[in-house]
Amino acid sequence: MAKQEQVSLTGNEAVAYAFKQARPHVASAFPITPQTEMMHKFADFVANGEVDTEMILVESEHSAMSAAVGAAAAGARVITATSSAGFALMWEIVYVAASLRLPICMALVNRALSGNINIHCDHSDAMGGRDAGWIHLFCESAQEAYDNALMAFRIGEHPDVRLPVMINYDGFIISHTADSLRMLSADDAWKFVGPYKAAYSVLDTENPITVGPLDLTDYYFEHKVGEIEAHKRAFDVVRAVSAQYGALSGRGYDFFESYRLDDAEIAIVLMGSTAGTAKDVVDAHREKGVKAGLLKLRLFRPFPAAELAKALAGKKAVGVMDRAASFGAWGGPLFTEVRSALYGADRQPPVLNWIYGLGGRDCDLRQIDSVLERLADAARGKSGETVNLLGVRL
Amino acid sequence: MAVTLQQLTKHDDLLAGGHRACAGCTGANILRQVLLTAGRDTVLGCATGCMEVITTIYPYTAWRIPFIHSAFENSAATVSGAETAFRALKKRGELPVARERINFIAMGGDGGTYDIGLQSLSGAMERGHNMVYICYDNEAYMNTGIQRSSATPFGAHTSTAPAGKVRQGKEQHRKDLTRIMVAHNIPYAAQTTPFHWRDLAAKVQKALDTPGPAFINVLMPCTVGWHFEMALGMEMARIAVETNFWPLFEVENGQYKLNHKPKQRTPIVEWLKAQGRFKHLFKPGNEAIIEELQRRVDADWEKLLREAGEPAATPA
Repeated sequence: MAKQEQVSLTGNEAVAYAFKQARPHVASAFPITPQTEMMHKFADFVANGEVDTEMILVESEHSAMSAAVGAAAAGARVITATSSAGFALMWEIVYVAASLRLPICMALVNRALSGNINIHCDHSDAMGGRDAGWIHLFCESAQEAYDNALMAFRIGEHPDVRLPVMINYDGFIISHTADSLRMLSADDAWKFVGPYKAAYSVLDTENPITVGPLDLTDYYFEHKVGEIEAHKRAFDVVRAVSAQYGALSGRGYDFFESYRLDDAEIAIVLMGSTAGTAKDVVDAHREKGVKAGLLKLRLFRPFPAAELAKALAGKKAVGVMDRAASFGAWGGPLFTEVRSALYGADRQPPVLNWIYGLGGRDCDLRQIDSVLERLADAARGKSGETVNLLGVRL
Repeated sequence: MAVTLQQLTKHDDLLAGGHRACAGCTGANILRQVLLTAGRDTVLGCATGCMEVITTIYPYTAWRIPFIHSAFENSAATVSGAETAFRALKKRGELPVARERINFIAMGGDGGTYDIGLQSLSGAMERGHNMVYICYDNEAYMNTGIQRSSATPFGAHTSTAPAGKVRQGKEQHRKDLTRIMVAHNIPYAAQTTPFHWRDLAAKVQKALDTPGPAFINVLMPCTVGWHFEMALGMEMARIAVETNFWPLFEVENGQYKLNHKPKQRTPIVEWLKAQGRFKHLFKPGNEAIIEELQRRVDADWEKLLREAGEPAATPA
């Protein structure tokens, strides 16, 4: 295992270090809270000569993603970052990046979408891009944000994958909170990430290619199948890259983390920083003799449905916590996917849903405690609402 | 810099035939003229629109140079990314083929440039990328069915601002994009047309040779959207210049230069009458619209003469 430095960094700083260690050729950036600090830190690295990345300081997020696409199509390793409305503005080109199979790495520092305007954390921004063709990694802490940011390059650039990767971490809760983490040396990180060899480049004027043609009824579908298949192949790549990173860093990652889950009778499923709070509450219930557990999803796209169904099989009740609403839908986006993954699966548990933490509403111990209490009731056969709200004044 | 036809004919034709341009399209001529000048070491990005659609229907491509299309409003940002990648990869010795210089050209129609792509263009020009933006201005959203754009002339009939019983086409004058680009203080900006191929080639060459950003606005007569006989595209470009509706000029480091001065003033009517989109202007009662168009052309021409240090057309 590699020697590592114990450091105190915010999530934004940690990701900036990871991006620096990956030595991207190009970074495109446009300011939006709470992502800004990450690019400030990265720009400092560039200004001080610690990394020789060319920065494109664009006039909008739409251009940030457009410039990223142009640079990646030229064969560059490219990073960018955004949040919330910025992600919404780049949305059109987010799809283009995946369609052109460009392994851009983007920090999506999760923040509520407008309106009303709100700068704090929820996952509504990421959920808006869940069908765009990117790989989505979610993080619980600054450590995970750093680790996932390094692994993102290896996953996205893998010849079997060639897809852009989003590193999601919670606005302010992770991005702006100083945390203690272990960081690889620049040499070890570079040995792990390695140089990037693009599959194609528009700079190869001796072998000219046309990128992004008009693709009609006779071929478009097949090209979309290419993206579908790449997501299927990504599972093995995520696992292999994570295993290699685990051996290097001592921090193992999989599609999700199972926390006291194996023998649990009731389980919570969620993504992001709330996992830390949930682990405390699970511990408290365990001390009371309640067999509670947590499944913290790291890989949201591609969605590891089979593994998730297997991990939750036979539970007496499962509660999915969504930090996003899907207006008019029956429950939050994570809930509908988890429940769908479990439908028809072996020993299918009942699945309930809680929508929580919108616009940065704090999710405290009591809220998660109430979820576990309700799951315990459900496990005993007590009926109630399937889709619920948490921590809201009604 | 003089460009001769003989020179150009020796260059490779980098736009393959068989593309899907309409019969009589002058846009494909613009592309060919640009590529004859720019040569093989060129990366070209084009906005969604006629020129992208006619050249790239998968699995075919008319481009014999590297080409990228991403979306409607972002060809400037996209090419700025490729240009930045060129510098970044070159610095590390990682270019796929070793080159000291590659030409970067972004293109868009008037919709993709005057309207939806203006922000992206403005940003790329301000950032100083070593690239040339070429607008092919056919004065409306032709690819989507001749809708009005901010480049559409006053009084023109379009599908979203049609001439009818109570309205007579577009009610606003067009945006002066070339001057908006000049106001970015970029080292080179120019206007030209494909009829003036020598002028166009010289301007493309100058723009490519100028370090930093450059902008060229090319009038592209459109047989479908303007409703003229398909053989008359080049003639429409010629008359546009002779009427002073589309003067040939360039601005180098802030200095205006007039590239062509018509021997005598041709009234705007000569340009209007050949085009179906202005047909309604010749109905009784619409004389004021033509007068207003002429007034604006004259005023703009006087302004350009002043800027270029030329004597006034009508002495004060």
